[in-house]
Amino acid sequence: MLNYSWLILLFPAVGALFNAFWGRRLGPRLVKLVANAAVLASFVVAVLMAISLQALPASAHGQFELTLWPWIHSGDFRVDLAMLIDPLSVVMALVITGVGFVIHLYAAEYMKLDDEHQPLDDRRYARFFVYLNFFILMMLTLVLANNFLQMYVGWEGVGLASYLLIGFWFHKPSAADAGKKAFIVNRVGDFGLALAIMWLFFLLGRDAGSLAFNDIFHALDGATLAVKSALGGVTLLLLLAATGKSAQIPLFVWLPDAMEGPTPVSALIHAATMVTAGVYMIARTHPLFELAPGTMTIVAWIGAITALMAASIAMVQTDLKRILAYSTISQLGYMFLAVGVGAYAAGIFHLTTHALYKALLFLAAGSVMHALHGELNIDLMGGLKAKMPRTYWQFLIGAAALAGFPLLAGFWSKDEILYFTFQQNKALYAIGLGTAFLTAFYSFRAVFRAFAGKPRDQHLYEHAHEQSQGMVAPLWVLAFGAVFAGLIGIPAAVGGLFGLEESHMLEQWLHPVFADVSLPSLPVVWELSLLAGSSLVALLGIYLAYARYVQQAGWTLFLQRLFTPLQSLLEHKYYVDELYTAVIVNPLRTLATFFYRFSDQTLIEGIVNGLGRVTMVVGGGVARLQSGMVGLYALSVLVGVVGLLALMFLVG
Amino acid sequence: MSMDLTAIPLLSLILWLPVVGALLLFFVRKESTIKLIALATMLLDFVVSLGLLLNWSNTGDMQFVEKLLWIPPLNISYHLGVDGISLFLVLLTTLLGPIVVLYSWHNIKNNLRAFMVLLLVQQTGIVGVFTSLDLILFFIFWEFTLIPMYFLIGRWGGQRRVYAAVKFFLYTMAGSALMLVVILLLYWQTGSFDWIELQQTPLDPTVQTWAFLAFALAFAIKVPLFPFHTWLPDAHVEAPTAGSVILAGVLLKMGIYGFLRFCLPLFPDATLRFAPWIAGLALAGILYGALVALVQKDVKSLVAYSSIAHLGFVMLGVVSLNQQGLAGAVLQSVNHGLSTGALFLMVGMIYDRRHTRLLTEFGGLWKQIPIYSALLLVVVMASVGLPGLNGFVGEFTILVGAFKANRLWAVLGTVGVIFAAWYLLAAVRGMLQGPLDNPANQKLQDLSAREIWVLVPLILLFFLIGLFPNLFLDKINPAVETLLHGMNAAAQISFLP
Repeated sequence: MLNYSWLILLFPAVGALFNAFWGRRLGPRLVKLVANAAVLASFVVAVLMAISLQALPASAHGQFELTLWPWIHSGDFRVDLAMLIDPLSVVMALVITGVGFVIHLYAAEYMKLDDEHQPLDDRRYARFFVYLNFFILMMLTLVLANNFLQMYVGWEGVGLASYLLIGFWFHKPSAADAGKKAFIVNRVGDFGLALAIMWLFFLLGRDAGSLAFNDIFHALDGATLAVKSALGGVTLLLLLAATGKSAQIPLFVWLPDAMEGPTPVSALIHAATMVTAGVYMIARTHPLFELAPGTMTIVAWIGAITALMAASIAMVQTDLKRILAYSTISQLGYMFLAVGVGAYAAGIFHLTTHALYKALLFLAAGSVMHALHGELNIDLMGGLKAKMPRTYWQFLIGAAALAGFPLLAGFWSKDEILYFTFQQNKALYAIGLGTAFLTAFYSFRAVFRAFAGKPRDQHLYEHAHEQSQGMVAPLWVLAFGAVFAGLIGIPAAVGGLFGLEESHMLEQWLHPVFADVSLPSLPVVWELSLLAGSSLVALLGIYLAYARYVQQAGWTLFLQRLFTPLQSLLEHKYYVDELYTAVIVNPLRTLATFFYRFSDQTLIEGIVNGLGRVTMVVGGGVARLQSGMVGLYALSVLVGVVGLLALMFLVG
Repeated sequence: MSMDLTAIPLLSLILWLPVVGALLLFFVRKESTIKLIALATMLLDFVVSLGLLLNWSNTGDMQFVEKLLWIPPLNISYHLGVDGISLFLVLLTTLLGPIVVLYSWHNIKNNLRAFMVLLLVQQTGIVGVFTSLDLILFFIFWEFTLIPMYFLIGRWGGQRRVYAAVKFFLYTMAGSALMLVVILLLYWQTGSFDWIELQQTPLDPTVQTWAFLAFALAFAIKVPLFPFHTWLPDAHVEAPTAGSVILAGVLLKMGIYGFLRFCLPLFPDATLRFAPWIAGLALAGILYGALVALVQKDVKSLVAYSSIAHLGFVMLGVVSLNQQGLAGAVLQSVNHGLSTGALFLMVGMIYDRRHTRLLTEFGGLWKQIPIYSALLLVVVMASVGLPGLNGFVGEFTILVGAFKANRLWAVLGTVGVIFAAWYLLAAVRGMLQGPLDNPANQKLQDLSAREIWVLVPLILLFFLIGLFPNLFLDKINPAVETLLHGMNAAAQISFLP
């Protein structure tokens, strides 16, 4: 079966091409059938890959490589297009195609209307699914690549898909600008990845003439000290790339703007899959990071600080999708924290649970947005529970999972990250725990503001209605995951209490990939205490949101007044966008104008024209040309050459 | 492939077929017949040139060599040949030929016959440059290519066409005057104009230095390398679309080709000495061209400045002087011809409709002309260097070579990759996205079948080169190896590629 793994790429490729050429003529029914079938087929292949992987002999070390075709060969630089099928890539493929399929189902309904709530024309409907299938193709290329350069293909490919989908409503200047910003900011990250790849080739790949992960990591065994110390630089460049794609400090600024894209896009690309690529990449290249402890520390701190910063911004946003966007940045921060402390499996665990509950939250938010004709401001909502009971439950489940409500998916995965962080660095742990409190607060702030209480805009409220079954039904799959997905990662301490033989199935599944990493562990009492601590913090956060927004208790208002000075800073998102514009964008534009106006049109032109009095000749030439003798000058050159030859001939 | 074409003088056929077509045009009067003959000649020339691929052997040697003594007392011969360095440049030339004829089908309003004749003889000149192995023969073709382009710009160009044409002419003339002097100097030193013989005659380092500088000046102006580039934006903006396509597509490549064919193998020591300086200019061009492109208001001059940045990449590959750098440079020359050629065609298509190229005149075109917009996006992505398309393969191979030569080169070059996304997406933002609020754009017609067919071959090649670059690199690599071995053997300074 594994020899046919390329089918997983073929299906979305065919789906995208098919709809690109014939989609408009076939009409929405067939378009969605083709697009959804393509992703479903890929999901089936992913499941079969997972099954076949277990059947591999022990000598295979749980991985299977499949070369598609030789790609770029020049001298000692040889890169093939090939797939690496191992537990890590298969988990990613399952998330991408599984969550991807559910989102495709939802989008088939959701995209019947455009951004102004008018029926969407067939051409754009088809175009949307072309982009969406193309995204699945590129995301799978990214995670299934067996070498760095092919990963880069997927890396930039998903960037293109993201660009196109953010700017899907391209007639809106804000959407078009957001797409462009996402692509360019990501290119800054890609700069790091491209340089890291070149550097790695010269450090570790040249002997094997390869950029394959296995060859590069294999070369680490015999690497000299100089090579190993250079890995500090390489991993920092990889980190730069990861902060771009996964919207971490300093390159997170594109993700909030990316919410201009249609909601299914936010759910699929900007929550569940693409933005996790940075986490995946660090996990995939962990043998390099393990040798660069300095970079690891930076990864962990970037993760923790981003998590805290984004969560604090999420607390004051009023746009439902933006709250979720900052929440995503914050949750990705947790994943960075995980891989930064070496807990790669925990990072992938959180990646998986987050994909489920955040996709759920986004799609539920999309249902709300549809019901309110595009309105996303939670200040204008309230009381929607009565109008959209199913969406309310879906959003509530998602928010609870996000908040780390005990026993739900997000609880287990977040706690595992905090558990490993606690053992490494108490300060990072404190930040993580504090962020967990903020997370619980802002998730339930959104729940209460949107669904509880009385409607604050009667007109909007009256128009609100539950969405069709086509949009509501798929979300139950995600809701189920948001509740139960944590079961794949129950820690041994808890499993032991219930007499479970197999605890933390995900960690065991990923073991072949991270076998080289060993993590310390704590006594069971400690582990349980940490679990209790996280539960308490989550419940406290939820309670605070309840007291503030449902009970509207007096002391919460006092508390809010206490933090008023911070409010403006948070609402302006710490002025990072303004800073980048002032420090990078504007100076470059000024420089460009200076180059064009001064050096190009004045300086160089002046020098050249001065040299040899070209100016005069030009003037003369122009005069003659205008007098109608156009060819004279040109012909004289030819005559000159021929004459010269004749002269040489005579002399010779 | 088993067909044996070695008995046929294939290169001569490719070289002179366009002239035959041009002569035929003087015997017909009907415009439609003129167009048909021109197109048929170009297509035939392209098909014949594909014969090179059929009988190609993957070695680094000159193939399809033809040699006839032409002017015996001076030992000047009609000496032609192709290797992996020139093969795809020849094919690019013959491919763009029919494309520009087809593009110009309806939009040449005056003197169609002269226009087609010029396109045809231009092609002969360019193929001659890429295949000549005798310096005098090379120089004649080199100079000859100026003439048709001069007329194409000066007669069928925009408002400032005369200024642009003369500027183009004088710049390139100034460059090549010194080259002729040095060719004569070399003859005086070695008694030969023959490229193969000259390679086997080691030159004194001082002679090499002067010879290199003279050749390099001629080629640098043609490329154009920063700061010799200021003729290019004028020429491009004023030239008719067909002229811009040929200019960017292949004429500029003559400069790159000149470095590869003459400077490197004939003056290896001087090349080594000046490589860092040229790399500096190439990098300056990459960053400068990209930044200046960012503030252009006319789409065509944006593309022109982007060319300066892209060709900076190619030159960076050339002076990296290693396998990846050189192979990448050859491949990227072809890539640039395809993607910038396509960009100019598409700018031309919108200009034909709106008679303006100012970004501020457009906006929201995607809604009105979706096929145009989708294709433009593909072309832009090829130019941005999106992996999976052609530009990436060339760019990355060059950067690997540059990294090998000097890490800083690769770092600065990669910064240029960021800028490329910036200015090209700004153009997409300005043209295709945003509200469709200009009434003049609300009646635009989408691409006709003819226009789509003009672009299809180029776009297919983006994907073919992007996904299967080895089909091309297989043929380029051996020639680059031979070149490097030759330089290594001839260089007096120690040199390890």
